[in-house]
Amino acid sequence: MTTSELAPALEREEAGDPFELGGETFTSRLLLGTGGAPSLEALERAVRASGTQLVTVALRRVEASSSASMLEVLDRCGVRLLPNTAGCRTAREAVKTAQLAREAFGTAWVKLEVIGDEHTLLPDAVELIDAAEQLVADGFTVLPYTTDDPVLGRRLEDAGCAAVMPLGSPIGSGLGIRNPHNIALLRDAVSVPLVLDAGIGTASDATLAMELGCDAVLLASAVTRARRPERMALAMRQAVEAGRLARGAGRIPRRWHAEASTPMEGLPEL
Amino acid sequence: MQVTVNGVATDVAEDTSVAALVAERGGRHDRIAVARNGDVVPRSGWAATRLAPGDDLEILAPTAGG
Repeated sequence: MTTSELAPALEREEAGDPFELGGETFTSRLLLGTGGAPSLEALERAVRASGTQLVTVALRRVEASSSASMLEVLDRCGVRLLPNTAGCRTAREAVKTAQLAREAFGTAWVKLEVIGDEHTLLPDAVELIDAAEQLVADGFTVLPYTTDDPVLGRRLEDAGCAAVMPLGSPIGSGLGIRNPHNIALLRDAVSVPLVLDAGIGTASDATLAMELGCDAVLLASAVTRARRPERMALAMRQAVEAGRLARGAGRIPRRWHAEASTPMEGLPEL
Repeated sequence: MQVTVNGVATDVAEDTSVAALVAERGGRHDRIAVARNGDVVPRSGWAATRLAPGDDLEILAPTAGG
């Protein structure tokens, strides 16, 4: 199945429920990372199937960078680019990287990552807040990758970040959302958009994120490293949409015992 | 004179501009960023910025990332 074969209803639902981020409006609530794709062709098919309008990219020394054609592919797909600060370990490095990305990509939007541990790739909260404050002061639209700590989320919002982007579990782990309660608490703690970023393994994880009240989901490996990236990209698109619809629909309360949906009235005596 | 480009000691002609260095090293990329001694050199300043002996340059280009 390709994007063009999607039910028109899905397209209408997305168009009728826009996602506001940093003063811009998106119809898609799925942000896609470009890292890990087996080929440019696979990346393009996945981007198109996902319906995403915002994809993350990185900056590296020119000798180690992707071929220029990756940008041609993304330009052709009509998506907006969101540079990240992946690999930065201090506020100073992250601020410099964001400034360089602003020059290279011509955008003041940045996915702010400041990593504090090389094995878990967990964020360094202290450096993250410092970098966020500096970048907001420098006019950036800051989208910080953070832990699922509601207090830290509020600090990031207070610092002027345009969103809060908690992890579900470590980057690339595919472990899903390990602490759904914290994501729900974060939803209540901040009023800026909440974007589940990192840890998604499969479609149900993305749906859960949306059911918990996230405004959008950002994922890369779950699609790019799937055996069939295009198929998973479409699954993620529909999963995000399903979770959004379910959140808005209002789920039934959980009960300890059964409650029959078939009426007892008129039950024959046999 | 000697400068460092992306971590590698490199000989360049006297009076080389950042723009000339980017033209030589940037390949097909049109979205390039340059840091000189840790500070961003805006694109508008590439032509006028001349390298000095011992300069440390980083020439960066887009790559895939999450």
